[in-house]
Amino acid sequence: MSAAAAVRLPDRRWHPAEIAFWLGLLAVVFVFPGHLVLGSQVLITGLFALSLDLILGYAGIVSLGHAAMFGAGAYTAGLLARHGWGEPLSGLVAAAAVGAAIAWGTSFIAVRGGDLTRLMVTLGIGLMLYEAANQAARVTGGVDGLSDMAVRDLLGVFPFDLRGRTAYVYSLAVLFAVFLACRRIVRSPFGLSLRGIRDGARRMPALGSPVRHRLIAIYTVAGAIAGIAGALLAQTTQFVGLEVLGFSRSADLLIMLVLGGAGWLYGGLIGAALFMIAQNQLSSVNPVYWQFWLGLLLVAMVFVARGGVVGAMASARERLLGRAAR
Amino acid sequence: MFTSLPGVLFDGVAYGSLLFLMSIGLSVTMGLMRFINLAHGAFAMLGGYVCVVGMTRLGVPFLATLPIAFAAAGLAGAVLERILYRRLYRRGPLDQVLFSLGLTLMSVAGATYVWGSGQQPVHLPRFLLGQVRLLGVDLGVYRLFLVALVAAITAALVLLVRKTRFGARIRASVDDPQASAGLGINVTRVFSVTFTLGSGLAGLGGALAIDVLGLDPTFPLKYLVYFLLVVVVGGAGSIAGTLAASLLLGLFDVSGKYYVPAVGAFVIYGLMVVLLLLFPGGLRRGAR
Amino acid sequence: MSAVLRTDRLSRSWGALQAVRQVSFSLESGARHALIGPNGAGKTTLVNLLTGTVPPQAGDVFLDDERITHLPQHLRVKRGMTRTFQITTLFPGLTALESVLLAICERKGLGASWWRPVARHAPEIEEARRILRDLHLEAEAEVATRSLPYGKQRLLEIAVALASRPRVLLLDEPAAGIPVGESAEIFGVLASLPREVTILFIEHDMNLVFRFAERITVLVEGSILVEGAPQEIAANPRVREVYLGEGGHG
Repeated sequence: MSAAAAVRLPDRRWHPAEIAFWLGLLAVVFVFPGHLVLGSQVLITGLFALSLDLILGYAGIVSLGHAAMFGAGAYTAGLLARHGWGEPLSGLVAAAAVGAAIAWGTSFIAVRGGDLTRLMVTLGIGLMLYEAANQAARVTGGVDGLSDMAVRDLLGVFPFDLRGRTAYVYSLAVLFAVFLACRRIVRSPFGLSLRGIRDGARRMPALGSPVRHRLIAIYTVAGAIAGIAGALLAQTTQFVGLEVLGFSRSADLLIMLVLGGAGWLYGGLIGAALFMIAQNQLSSVNPVYWQFWLGLLLVAMVFVARGGVVGAMASARERLLGRAAR
Repeated sequence: MFTSLPGVLFDGVAYGSLLFLMSIGLSVTMGLMRFINLAHGAFAMLGGYVCVVGMTRLGVPFLATLPIAFAAAGLAGAVLERILYRRLYRRGPLDQVLFSLGLTLMSVAGATYVWGSGQQPVHLPRFLLGQVRLLGVDLGVYRLFLVALVAAITAALVLLVRKTRFGARIRASVDDPQASAGLGINVTRVFSVTFTLGSGLAGLGGALAIDVLGLDPTFPLKYLVYFLLVVVVGGAGSIAGTLAASLLLGLFDVSGKYYVPAVGAFVIYGLMVVLLLLFPGGLRRGAR
Repeated sequence: MSAVLRTDRLSRSWGALQAVRQVSFSLESGARHALIGPNGAGKTTLVNLLTGTVPPQAGDVFLDDERITHLPQHLRVKRGMTRTFQITTLFPGLTALESVLLAICERKGLGASWWRPVARHAPEIEEARRILRDLHLEAEAEVATRSLPYGKQRLLEIAVALASRPRVLLLDEPAAGIPVGESAEIFGVLASLPREVTILFIEHDMNLVFRFAERITVLVEGSILVEGAPQEIAANPRVREVYLGEGGHG
C-alpha cells in the first residue's frame, strides 16, 4: 500500500495525550505552587499564540502586528478596572469586543493583497496603535504604564493573590474554554475552508469560496481571542505597559508559535511555554545573548526543523506507525 | 530655531534620499525573487559601523570610509546570499520572514556585543558642516551633499538598468523570472549580483545616515518599517517608484515631525494606510 | 440550439501582447467542445476570462444569457461554472477526501458553518467518497495530496471540480504532463459524465481531441481562426498550415 500514513478526518474524540496535557497544566497548581506567576503568564501568552495560530497556522496570514489586538484588549480591561469596573469576566468580554472590532476594522486592508502587503499592513497598524497609546499618555499612562487598577474578586469569591494561584486557575480556565471553541472551529467546514485558503488560495474561488469573507471572519475571531489574552494579562498583573503593543511582542509571538509548530493549536501553547521558560532562565544572565541565540535558533529552524516541536512529534509518530504497518 | 518651509522640504528631500539609498536594494531583490528580507537594515547598519570604526580607530577620512562601507556591506551581502539566502528563494513567505528576522536579531545582538548599545559619533569633515544660502534659503551643506550624491547614484543606477546588458537582464528577470530563465538568462546570478549591489548601497546609505538618523544596534529594527514601506508603496522592483516613495515618505516624515510633533510618527503610518488603500499594488501600478 | 456560455467580442492584452482579441464564441448546452491552438494562442487566457480569474478589458461574458462579465469568480461557480487548472492547483496539506469535501461544503453553503465537525457531515462524506470512487481515487482518500503521484493529482483536480456539480466545466489541459496511458483514463472518466455537464477543454494531444471532442475551436494569436466539427477542422487547410503543420508539440 501507499507509504504515506492515512490521515483521518479529525472527529470530536480526545487523544489520551491531549487529556494528559490539560491535566498536566492543572497539576502545576499543586506541583509548582511557587511558579504560578510565571505559569499564568505562560498560559496567557499561550492563549495569545493560539489566536495567531488561527490566522497563521490555519489561514496562512503572516502577521507582524498581532500585538495590536492584544494591547487593545489589555488597555480595555485595564482602563475599565481603573475607572471602577473591576469585574473580571465582563472585562474579558469587553476586551474581546474591542479586539474583534479592531481586527474587523483593519481586516479590510490586512487580508487583501500579497504576503508582503499583509505583513506591512499588520506591522503598520501595530506601530500605529503603539504610537497612539504613547501619545495618549493622559489616558494610557504612556511610557509609565497604566496601574492603580481595582480588579474585583473573581466570581465575587476568589481574590487575586500575590502567589498567583487565582490568576493561574483563572487563566487556565479561560484558555481551556477558548481552546475548546477553537478546536471546534478548526474541525468544522469553516476550518477546512481556511486550510484550503492556506494551501491553495488560488484554487478556492474556483470552488465557489468567498476567500475574503472567510479571512475577515477568522481575522476577527483571532482579534477577539487576542483581546481576551491581553485583558487576562492586565487583570492578573494589574498593570498595562506600552510594550503590550510593541513590535517585539508580535515578533516574539510569531517565533513562539513557529517554535511550537503552527497549525496544530497545541503548538502555540508549547512554544509559549518553552520560549518563556527559556527567556526567564537565560535573559537574566544576559539579554543580548538571549537575542542572539533566539535569532540563531530561528535561522536554524528554517533550515532544519520547520514543523516546530509538535510537527516533529507528529512526523515521528507517522514514522513509527509507518514502520508498524510494514 | 526657525526653519522656513523650503528648509523643511529640503530636509525631507535629503532624508528621502537616504531612504532611497537604503531601500533600493531591497526593492529590486524583492521584485526579482519575491524574497521578503527583513534583515536588509542590518547591511545598512554594518556600513554605518564600518564608517565609524574606520574614522575613530583607523583614522580614515570620512569620505574615504564611504567606499569601504559600500564594499564591506556588499561583501557581507554576497556571502550571506551565497550560503543562506539562496536556499530559501522557493520557500514560502513565513520561512523568509522567520529567517530574516532571525538574522536581524543576531545582527542587533552582535552589534551590541561588539560596539555597545550606545549611539555612535560621527565627525564630518569641516567642509561638509555649516550652511549655505541658496536662493534665499539656508541649506545644510551635508544635506546638500547627500542629495547631490544620491542624485548621482540614481543617475548611475538608471543608466545601469536602462543602457547595459546586465540592466536588460535585471529588467527581464523582474518582469518575468520564468520566461527570462527560459531565454537563457541566469536569473540566480542576476539576483546574486543585484543582492550584492543592493547590500552595498544599503551600507553606503547607513554610513551617510549616521549624522542624520544616528547609529545604534537597534538600527535594523528601528528603520525596518521605513524600508518596507518604501518598497510596498513604491512597488517592488521599480527604481522610479522607490525614488518617489522615498521622497514622499521623507517629506511627510520630516514635515510631520516638524510641524505637528505631538502626532509624531503617526503621520507616516497614517500615510501608509492611506496609500495602501489607494494603491494596493504600489504607486507604480496605481499610476498605470 | 441553446448557448449556455457565450462571449461577445472579449479582449484582453498583457502589455503589448494582445492575448485574446475580440473573441465571440458560444458553447452549446451539453457540448464536448475542444479549444485548440498553438502555444501562446491565448487559450488559457480565454478560460481565465470565462471563469473570472482575470477581468477582460473589453467585451462581455454571458452565462445562460445573464451578463457575468464582472461577476467575481466564486459567484460564477455558484451559478454552475467551474474549472480545472493546467498546472495542478490543489491543496498539498489536505487529503484527497478533504479536498473534495471542501468543494462539496462550499457548494452546499456550509463553508461558513463553524461548529459541527466535518467528520459529522455524513451525507457530504458519502458523496465525496462516491466522487473519489468514480475517479479511481478511493484507495487514496486518506492520503495527503502532496504525497499523491502526479497522475492521481490530475484526477483529483477533476474530482474537486466535479464536487461543485458544475453545469459548465472548463478543463485546462486535464492530461498535461502525464503518460498517454493515464491520460486515456482521465478522458475515459470525462466521457462517462452525463450530458447535463457541458465541457470545454483545452488539449494539445490531437488524438485525444479528435476522439473526445464533438466540436473544435481553433484559436490563433488570440483570435478564432475557425470553428467546426472535427472532420471539418481536420480537413481545413488553414488549420493544417498554422497548427497541425507545426506538429502537436508542447
